[in-house]
Amino acid sequence: MNSIIEYFTDIYKGVSSLWAGMRVTGRYFVSPGEIVTEQYPENRATLKMEERFKGEVVMPHDENNQHLCTGCGICELNCPNGSIEIITKKVPNEEGKMVRVIDEHIYHLSMCTFCELCIKTCPSNAIEWGQDFEHAVFDRSKLDKVLNKPGSSLKKKEAKS
Amino acid sequence: MSDEVIKNIIVREDEDYIINMGPQHPSTHGVLRLEVCLNGETVNYLTPHIGYIHRSIEKMCESDTYKQIIHLSDRMDYLSSHMNNEAICLAVENALEVEVPLRVKYIRVALDELSRIASHHLWWSAFGMDLGALTAFFYGMRDREKILAIFEESFGSRLLHSFNTPGGLMHDVHPNFQKHIMEFVHYFRKKLPEYKQLLTDNVIFHNRTKGIGNMTRETAIAFGVTGPSGRGSGFSCDVRKTAPYGLYDEIKFNEILHDKGDSFARYLVRMEEMEESLNILEYVADNIPEGDFTAKMKPIVKLPEGEYFQRVETARGELSVYIVSDGKKFPYRIKFRSPNFSNLFVLNTLAKGGLIADLVAISGSLDLVIPDIDR
Repeated sequence: MNSIIEYFTDIYKGVSSLWAGMRVTGRYFVSPGEIVTEQYPENRATLKMEERFKGEVVMPHDENNQHLCTGCGICELNCPNGSIEIITKKVPNEEGKMVRVIDEHIYHLSMCTFCELCIKTCPSNAIEWGQDFEHAVFDRSKLDKVLNKPGSSLKKKEAKS
Repeated sequence: MSDEVIKNIIVREDEDYIINMGPQHPSTHGVLRLEVCLNGETVNYLTPHIGYIHRSIEKMCESDTYKQIIHLSDRMDYLSSHMNNEAICLAVENALEVEVPLRVKYIRVALDELSRIASHHLWWSAFGMDLGALTAFFYGMRDREKILAIFEESFGSRLLHSFNTPGGLMHDVHPNFQKHIMEFVHYFRKKLPEYKQLLTDNVIFHNRTKGIGNMTRETAIAFGVTGPSGRGSGFSCDVRKTAPYGLYDEIKFNEILHDKGDSFARYLVRMEEMEESLNILEYVADNIPEGDFTAKMKPIVKLPEGEYFQRVETARGELSVYIVSDGKKFPYRIKFRSPNFSNLFVLNTLAKGGLIADLVAISGSLDLVIPDIDR
């Protein structure tokens, strides 16, 4: 007799717990309320990343094609993975003196672990985070980027007032 | 060797029927290979094979400065990356006797608990999916997304945020940080009953987990099983209580203990821990003081000669960092005691004599993260 009662209580418990779960899913099926899925890549035009989003390292240039990088190499020194390479060259300045400026600021995106140490330690705030996150390419060599634009030069410091 | 140790030595016989579970099996949650010896459907014994994702993080740390180590520790237990960072930062700060500002302590506790909830979300989702309840996966992920949005707003990344640095934080949190935490606490309190209706009260789930993988308190201590898995067996091992760090000795919270020791007890510990974390978050988010986000540190951190040790509670158990310094800017040796390594090797004892289907339930309830085992 006990086993028969147990049998039917088990069925009752099973059906009631099934009903409890189905009620939750059914409610969202009828009235979803907030829609949580994002329609990427269709929403590319409206998709905006957070302000601090770590997409890649970029070097901002102003309208005169000038940047702030002095080529001191502190970012190269602080990078734990060797993803930054700085090649410098010597050019004469207005007074005819030979000064060291950057030739190429090479950034290997494929080796970067986004630890932020280069941006944090840069004394002249020459590099910052970019918002682009679609890094998929067919060839690995395309991930080696030169951050300073061709023909760019160092922005002159404003005279101290 | 004692009799107890000899009894546990596994000798493979020629006629044993061996199948490999993993390294690409979805329910091992990573590249873990379990060599399972079967008798029909019953597990005779199993041997875990590790090393598929070994990156020699401890050795790499020996050629990195203390600030550079932080980003490597992220990649051990990627679901509690914030706690891993904190372990190294606390060890370095204690060695240099640096007092971090109160604001940093509050923010660190808030991030600890947020990471813990996010980690338990993922575990809950994956555990349900392992046992055949795919619906649970979507509900867990939906709520985890809210925490990841808070992380992304403040740190710019969702999973591996190297946000701690010896002496404080990389930069200050976003101005909306407190507001969004409070919003999340209210949101998640409303959603927790759904978790109960979907999985905790489900009869099929009870049948799959109750009485499966019984672990006694003695076994937990013998194998060094810590975290929610150990607390499910009544082993009081919460580092936040036993050796408080940061702000945890000032905050009131309960250590969740269950003494059944089966998969369902480990499940209940994690569910109740989420509620406890919400209480901590509510207290912390209300009280974050104004102030600096970092203490004054030298640009190159050098530890004085000696040995330093720090324990923290990650989402899966106790993580210990042991640093030997010879006074240079690189550590001479770093050793991590990771929680998952100890939690994995109890699997043979728990699964022996059970069905192979129960092995999935047991390994799911231990909540293993494979990169933390291999390091």
